[in-house]
Amino acid sequence: MKPIAAVNDFVVKFANVNGSGSASANETFAKSILRHGVPISPRNIFPSNIQGLPTWFEVRVTEEGYLGRRGGIDMMVAMNPQTWDADVKELEPGGYLVYDSSKPMPKSKFRDDITVLGVPLTEICNATYTDSRQRQLFKNIMYVGALAALLDMDTEMIAGVIGDQYRGKEKLLKSNIHALQLGYDYAKNNLKCPIGLRVQKADKVGNKILVEGNAAAALGCVYGGASVCAWYPITPSSSLAEAFIKYCEKLRVDPVTGKNKFAIVQAEDELASIGIVVGAGWNGARSFTTTSGPGISLMQEFLGLAYFAEIPCTIIDVQRGGPSTGMPTRTQQSDVLSCAYASHGDTKHVLLFPEDPRECFEFSAAALDLADRLQTPIFVLTDLDIGMNQRLCEPFAWDDSHSYDRGKIMTAEELEAGKDFGRYLDVDGDGIPYRTLPATHPTKGGYFTRGTTRNAYAQYSEAGPDYMYNVQRLLRKFETAKELVPKPVVRKAGKATRFGIIYYGSTSPAMTECLDRLEEQGLHVDALRIKAFPFHESIIDFISEHDHVFVVEQNRDAQLRCLLVNEGAIDPAKLMPVLHYDGTPITARFIVAEISQRLSAFNVKPIKKGKAA
Amino acid sequence: MTYLAKPKLHHPTLPTNRLGYTRRDYEGRVSTLCAGCGHDSISAAIIQACWELAIEPHKVAKLSGIGCSSKTPDYFLGSSHGFNTVHGRMPSVLTGANLANRDLLYLGVSGDGDSASIGFGQFAHSIRRGVNMVYIVENNGVYGLTKGQFSATADKGSKSKRGVVNTDESIDMVMVALQLGATFVARSFSGDKEQLIPLVKAAIEHKGSAFIDVISPCVAFNNHTGSTRSYDYVREHNEAVNRIDFFPGREAITTDYEPGSVKDVVQHDGSVLRLRKLHAEYDPSDRLKAMNYLLQQEAAGEIVTGLLYVNPESEDLHAHLNTADVALNRLGAKELCPGSAALEKINASLR
Repeated sequence: MKPIAAVNDFVVKFANVNGSGSASANETFAKSILRHGVPISPRNIFPSNIQGLPTWFEVRVTEEGYLGRRGGIDMMVAMNPQTWDADVKELEPGGYLVYDSSKPMPKSKFRDDITVLGVPLTEICNATYTDSRQRQLFKNIMYVGALAALLDMDTEMIAGVIGDQYRGKEKLLKSNIHALQLGYDYAKNNLKCPIGLRVQKADKVGNKILVEGNAAAALGCVYGGASVCAWYPITPSSSLAEAFIKYCEKLRVDPVTGKNKFAIVQAEDELASIGIVVGAGWNGARSFTTTSGPGISLMQEFLGLAYFAEIPCTIIDVQRGGPSTGMPTRTQQSDVLSCAYASHGDTKHVLLFPEDPRECFEFSAAALDLADRLQTPIFVLTDLDIGMNQRLCEPFAWDDSHSYDRGKIMTAEELEAGKDFGRYLDVDGDGIPYRTLPATHPTKGGYFTRGTTRNAYAQYSEAGPDYMYNVQRLLRKFETAKELVPKPVVRKAGKATRFGIIYYGSTSPAMTECLDRLEEQGLHVDALRIKAFPFHESIIDFISEHDHVFVVEQNRDAQLRCLLVNEGAIDPAKLMPVLHYDGTPITARFIVAEISQRLSAFNVKPIKKGKAA
Repeated sequence: MTYLAKPKLHHPTLPTNRLGYTRRDYEGRVSTLCAGCGHDSISAAIIQACWELAIEPHKVAKLSGIGCSSKTPDYFLGSSHGFNTVHGRMPSVLTGANLANRDLLYLGVSGDGDSASIGFGQFAHSIRRGVNMVYIVENNGVYGLTKGQFSATADKGSKSKRGVVNTDESIDMVMVALQLGATFVARSFSGDKEQLIPLVKAAIEHKGSAFIDVISPCVAFNNHTGSTRSYDYVREHNEAVNRIDFFPGREAITTDYEPGSVKDVVQHDGSVLRLRKLHAEYDPSDRLKAMNYLLQQEAAGEIVTGLLYVNPESEDLHAHLNTADVALNRLGAKELCPGSAALEKINASLR
């Protein structure tokens, strides 16, 4: 078997033991490639454990900038004996296996069709360090050194990353650089370097940033003016709340008084966290919570109240598989329906679907504006793949001239001047009523907030026409929302086509790659990325302009397709689901295979062989 | 209840408070509860307390859950904003509202079903966080709106109107509040406004979690023989440990008392709680002794009322969170948004 040869286009996977200190070394490796000007797409694959059990880190090196998971492994750094057999098996034919060769391994533990690269990491560490913790820790950075030699990387780049990481901690910096050099030297002197996989300097990163979606969304909440946050720990959303705490401590403490311009409460459960957010929203502070599927389930009653009582609030749902524990550390887009129609009674909610951290930032800030404007819960639906992995994306941007849209709030002056105040009265046809904040005026504008049982002036009423007026107005408000939420983006195929693809959220990078591959194969398909619900008219138009539309999702039940059929009155036969839901992020390979196969059923065949995605 | 609308005209000689408001200015809509309901007496006590303290009505936020008691915020302080939230979840909404604007008075009104059954968790956690609020439970031991089921505060062995005997242990909310660190804990009886009004006033002036458990008989479903929440039963078993007189900080104390019979508790804001001791040995500044005493009397079948515990050095959630003095809901982009220059620095750190 010929060893794989590829420059700036391969996948390296690290198989480690939880808690062994590997994460930092792996990140150093990933960031160093970025410093070569070569885009990467790193992903954590972690079971629901804390220490001592398997964990994996996968880095896709991709000069073309394809940030979706590729599938298939070209190089395995097998550091976990527990998962050895499966890890070795996962390698592509012609792949490379890097392992700790301190202890001899029987030949049966290897494969004939791969290149085996042994580095006696334990042996070198034991010879160099006396402290047992150091012996363990430095193994990690040492294999990074060996990889640098094998992949022909510039060690200066790696040293730069380590330098940034240990700035001000000279002792740690020196010992890490030393370990790196030991690994590098061993590989140089004992192995045939470089191998067929190479990292070569390029200029494809530009000013992009590498950041987790959860951190980005948290920062979006800081910029968007959220001052109250309530949350309950749940993977994969906890790191979002924790990032909000961290950013607030850095950016929101009054330098003069030392006091906090924020309030964050770790609540006793998700019922309380959404309750706190609703209370703060009712009282005029921008507030948000972050959670995942099970939290959304618990919040249902409050979400209905917030919808009918028209309380601004923002919910960031980092989606995962579910229920229970295990799959929850894997990714899915499986809360679309439970968010869109959350709660009892006739409810519909605004959903935003960011594709990457940059949009997590943007949409979280936008959600806070939309919540105030529309006086309703706004959901930002991200997922574990975006949320808990560092993703290369455009840098964050903020327009300093942007002032927060606080929506329709009636002031004391307006009340004093005798302006008619009906809390649930539609005065200008957009379905959005005016609200007053508590304590606005000594005698005017006070009202008792209830769910549905009221008239347009917030007086108790069980009368049918009052109820009808109210819920019809809520529908008008939802129509208004269509024009306020982010618009879809269309990517036209090279030639006119009767086929379309609809996708959203974290499927985006895999889809970009998929569309390139399909185009290369002469399979022309127009694509539309949905950024929000309610669906803009142009989405429905896109569907009617095509005979067949694939709807690509990461859930079992084609949830967005259900929503399209239901809300757009679309013939279900026209929307063909393409579904990926095993917990791993969707790949271009998967989508290309699915769509090529479906197209062949319509007698559409590739005209030339493109390279496999 | 009555179908007669309240007259809008005030008698010209109605007394006014410091702000120039009459007691009528603190009223709300006509109650829709049953005639004789204890809850209406509690609403009247809240109205009286707010009027006497000259609280600006619009600076009060009234929050409630679901149930008969939770309907009552519509029946007092008609100029205030109110929020009838979901069953058992008033405490979290109140907490959020309080975080958004620390300058208002937060009045949480709930019932025993709302706070001890479905909302037991939220009740507990809002107390242990030290949310600055007056939390009143209108406690009748029974579900009124759904017609007579036991709630979690119904005493073990008490009999429902349909003749069912309650076999579950009851939750004593006062004991729970004490255990969880409420800094003001009282119990009263809706039929004793002399005791209740000063307690509500003192709770309003208290900074921190102030909890008042008010036994409030349900005339429709829990006022029969065999009930331990009936007017007759409570009157027979009420053991008041003290009576308080409440003096806001700005008022001089002029009343004379028997020497040795009173204890003054000065609160943070300078207001004074003067306790007229009915039980010489009862000390409301000692949480442990208070809990012991409550357990003893409970075993003896007595319902202890009065100011049971107060910590004048209390702190609230805002102090714990070190929040800005300015209400968070008044901060705009200028105060909240770090701006593009700071963002550029963050971008740079992510390359």
